Amino acid sequence: MAAHRCGLFLVIILIFSSLAHPSSCDTLEKADGNVGEKQGVSDAHREVNADGSVTGEDLNERQWQSTDVELDRSDGTEDSEPFRPAPAKDEFQEELVIRPLHSGDIYASFQFRTLWDTDFLQEGQKVSHYRLFPKSLGQVLSKFSVRELHISFTQGFWRTMQWGQPFIPSPPGAELWVWFHHTVSDVDGNWKELTNVLSGIFCASLNFIDLTNTVQPSASFKPLGLGNATDHRFLRYATLPREIVCTENLTPWKKLLPCGSKAGLAVLMKSEKLFHSSFHSQAVHIRPVCQDDQCTNKAWELRQTLNVVFDLYTSGQGKREWSLFKMFSRTLTEACPLASSSKVYVDITDNPEGELFELSPATSLLSQAVVLGDRRTYSVYDLTRAETFGQLRSLNLLLRWKGESGDMLRPLLHAERYVAGFGLQTGEIHTVIYNNHPYRAFPVLLMDSVPWYLQLYIHTLTVTSKSRDNKPSYIHYQPAKDRHRPHLLEMLIQLPPHSMTEVTVQFERALLKWTEYTPDPNHGFYVGSSVVSALVPSMVAMNTNFTKDQPLFSSFVPVKEESSYFVRVYTEPLLVNLPTPDFSMPYNVICLTCTVVAVGYGSFYNLLTRTFQVDEPSPPLAKRLANLVRRIRGVPLLT
Amino acid sequence: MAALQLEKQRGRYAALAIAAVVIVVGIPLWWKTTQTYRAWLPYSEISELDTLQLQLSVDIEVVFSRGTLTPEQQKKVPLSHVNEKEHQIDAKTGLRYKYETRYRTATIMEEDALNQPTAAEADLSLHMLTESSCGSVVVYVIPESSTLLPKDVKVYVGQRRTALLRTAPFKSSWSLKEVLSNLDLQVEQIVSTMSFSHQDIVAALSDRVRMTKVTKESMADSMRAIKSSPGYEITFSLLNPDPKSHSLHWDIEGALHSYIQPLLDKLAPVANFSVDSQILYYAVLGVNPRFDNSVSAYTLNADSLSHVINPVEARLGSNAASSNPVLNFLLYVPDAHHSPLFIRDHSKRKVPSNAFHSPRWGGIMVYNVNEMYGPEDERPVDITINMAKVMGVFLAQLRLMLGVQHSRPPTGFVLQSPGSAGLADWELDRLLWSRSVENIATASTTITSLAQLLDQIGNIVINDNIAQQVSSAVSSLQSAVAELEAGNLAFALQYSREAILASERAFFDPSLLHLLYFPDDQKFAIYIPLFLPMCVPIVLSLLKIVSETKQRRADKQAKSD
Repeated sequence: MAAHRCGLFLVIILIFSSLAHPSSCDTLEKADGNVGEKQGVSDAHREVNADGSVTGEDLNERQWQSTDVELDRSDGTEDSEPFRPAPAKDEFQEELVIRPLHSGDIYASFQFRTLWDTDFLQEGQKVSHYRLFPKSLGQVLSKFSVRELHISFTQGFWRTMQWGQPFIPSPPGAELWVWFHHTVSDVDGNWKELTNVLSGIFCASLNFIDLTNTVQPSASFKPLGLGNATDHRFLRYATLPREIVCTENLTPWKKLLPCGSKAGLAVLMKSEKLFHSSFHSQAVHIRPVCQDDQCTNKAWELRQTLNVVFDLYTSGQGKREWSLFKMFSRTLTEACPLASSSKVYVDITDNPEGELFELSPATSLLSQAVVLGDRRTYSVYDLTRAETFGQLRSLNLLLRWKGESGDMLRPLLHAERYVAGFGLQTGEIHTVIYNNHPYRAFPVLLMDSVPWYLQLYIHTLTVTSKSRDNKPSYIHYQPAKDRHRPHLLEMLIQLPPHSMTEVTVQFERALLKWTEYTPDPNHGFYVGSSVVSALVPSMVAMNTNFTKDQPLFSSFVPVKEESSYFVRVYTEPLLVNLPTPDFSMPYNVICLTCTVVAVGYGSFYNLLTRTFQVDEPSPPLAKRLANLVRRIRGVPLLT
Repeated sequence: MAALQLEKQRGRYAALAIAAVVIVVGIPLWWKTTQTYRAWLPYSEISELDTLQLQLSVDIEVVFSRGTLTPEQQKKVPLSHVNEKEHQIDAKTGLRYKYETRYRTATIMEEDALNQPTAAEADLSLHMLTESSCGSVVVYVIPESSTLLPKDVKVYVGQRRTALLRTAPFKSSWSLKEVLSNLDLQVEQIVSTMSFSHQDIVAALSDRVRMTKVTKESMADSMRAIKSSPGYEITFSLLNPDPKSHSLHWDIEGALHSYIQPLLDKLAPVANFSVDSQILYYAVLGVNPRFDNSVSAYTLNADSLSHVINPVEARLGSNAASSNPVLNFLLYVPDAHHSPLFIRDHSKRKVPSNAFHSPRWGGIMVYNVNEMYGPEDERPVDITINMAKVMGVFLAQLRLMLGVQHSRPPTGFVLQSPGSAGLADWELDRLLWSRSVENIATASTTITSLAQLLDQIGNIVINDNIAQQVSSAVSSLQSAVAELEAGNLAFALQYSREAILASERAFFDPSLLHLLYFPDDQKFAIYIPLFLPMCVPIVLSLLKIVSETKQRRADKQAKSD
């Protein structure tokens, strides 16, 4: 009996350990899992605890003992040893940009940047002493030799036509793209392990990223940091359009900030307000950057961004006004003491004379920045200065609209996508790209990653603009392999001025194996967003100089030339229905087949084993009656 | 009538033939096609490991210096002597200690070395003369008159594997045997200090043996030490709950280099260590310390420490890149409004080191900085932490966690402190002994329970790689036991580590889980529609044939009667 229970216990441990390992929700829980495993192996030890002879050593009930130290040990003679490494320099900046949108919504964009002039990939030297940079991410970078890592979690869809371009675009769901260092030999193995570790760190289902949804784009995702790697063997890109983003993803994200959510701009991040919004996107971008203007030294940049669009128009009883307190149910009281700069920017470009809205408290600090091909003016509130907070020692920005805002300029580049066709066999993917520039044509890179169960008919690919055939100048197509890799289609398309370009391709839906369906197969299957990357001609001269005090939101994408700026537009993800079988079918089939077999077999068996004998037919009724009469009369019977 | 009989006979044969086909072809076919792949495991060897007989052999050398033995006694040395002790721990675990003692007189060079002015210097020059092998012990017997040791000290244990023993002068009338038996007790004491004591070994076996009558103290010792593992992560965290007032600087890199690294280098054969550090801001304790008017300071009681740590622990995080056990060392600098802060132990006394440790978790030290600045200094105040003070505490805690016990020496013993190396050779030996035994115990338990589990649950697929891991674990275990028996401590540890790695890899292999849950009711639901209608006629006709045969036999019996 005891042995049997021990076996059962081990089974439970086995299940637990396997469940806990790939996607443990928190790094802490992972540690607990290990404790559990170890204790499972040594359950004799547990017994001792259960006896109560010794204090239990559960995490909550630790046995604390005072440490007796022979203080003569620390005689300090070795202090004089001249081992003094150069102190690691790191720097933290935080920033919040608020942009009133023309639709009446408010766009709030947080950016936190940690710069650290160290090298995670240096040979022979392990980086293991962390100050502002989060330890968990640093360990990941050095273990997997990551050169650049971009991860975003987004709930909702960015409506480019109503809201304009975001500072940092992201597709709905989760997106992860990573450039590995060129010394990595087993990129796929590293990628697999990395996604598992990241899913533990961010408490997300990134562990569902595998080879069937990973692609290696050849042109669309160039490194944003230092170095111009072109070998896309070291790049991996994957999206999970189905991923739902919620509080449990925000908490670990906040934990990466040096001040946590205790001080600085991060105090505004109350999850019940952030997720009560039209759009929520949080991201982590890690890349090597230049340390100074001359670019003599490399530094690592960790940029944590959080973008929210609040729909205050509908929830504010039709009054067009907003304040920090209304949006976040908090006000700002201090900067993060570790931050070298901590600023709030409010976009007042549309309101140069103050006739459109009124912003209070007023600030004399103004800043101009060229961002996304447009020169914008911002009111700046510097949280490191005491006078920003006034006498109340708190900053509650308030904006009251006075008049109606004018029409928004249509964004120059815009894309959308949908599935056409009927029935469950074939269909057609339409991607429509708009160039709203009145007189300039420019090329765009379209990247599509389609799962293998939509079998693309690449010969039906057509690109038309202004009802004429538009031949892409570059096509990179990697066909899918069933259950191994998705389709990857990349095209360089020239968009004529003021035009609409339509890309269509037909596909056939595959029949999946019955274990490959999701738990709710009738909901449909998601296909990740297509990515349109372009250098869009700029209305104003872009700022190509690298300066230190540039606002963070304008310095994310490196600007190479003055005349154009880089934009990435994500389309809607697709939801495609696949032919779905009746899932009780296998059992029905088994039952039916077995019954048929059993009936056939039964009759056959009877035929073989039964004894057949000729049964004498009973004489007809008339004959029987006649015989009866004959018996009575004593006459011989009829036969 | 004969035709009818013939027909019946044919039917009977047909039924028998079908039954035969089902039994001979059908059942093996079904068995073969629904079987799970189960590679061969060395079950017999595993069951041998279930009963573990460990033999630990120690080489002891007893060297008599000049003036301890009379010439007659000297004539009879060198000689050697083997002493064995057996302990049966429980029905399945036995221990045998084999002490191989060799007695000889000191060489001239050793005599010279023993004439150094202090014991430490003598220890060093003796070490230069001979390199003693891992796990062995050398005891030098020096005369009463020697000035090497202070008056009340009888035994001096050096930094290496040597000990000096001062004895009362032997009576010249004694035979050598009497002299040796007189020495034996003291030598035994030295050996149990320097290599292993029975208690240590029993504590190391705690994985296998259910202990009932172990003293509380030795249990606390064995629980404090972290379990044996191929690697450890050591994390130093500086907690700064008040970055507005204190800007803290710690030279952790330099401190690790000069204090922790020598110890870890020394421990390299035991496990791999990786060290990192971080600074956590706004990490507050879970309990508000109480202001104590009598000492005009804030105090925390030891009872509340477990609650204190919980909110911090959520932020400590574990190593994202490995799954080795983590040892945490926290340096907590209380915020300006709660300084100074002192910890009181269970008997309400102030702890001089202001530091506490928790078994298998790590330690925390409170570092008060309130005296380093005045109230009018500009905030944040730049404060450099005195790493020598901090590292002294953390090093002591680390030694406790790693199981390098500060065993209380018997009276009259002086233990030389290990100095800059952080660890004396004999301390390392002690650790190697208990770690080898612990690894062997753990690995054998893991392997036997895995075999038991696989034996019990027939659904589990056993792949070739698992079988290979199991076999390699078993063979490593056997070699570890053999090496321990031969007294090759370093090899024994090496093999036992391999055994533990292989056994854990086999035990936690995910492929064991694939078909683990395949319940019998579902199997029957699938089989019954086919098997029931097929088997019922066969069984019925077989029964009928049997009853007919019986009937016929009974008839025949009746007829012959």
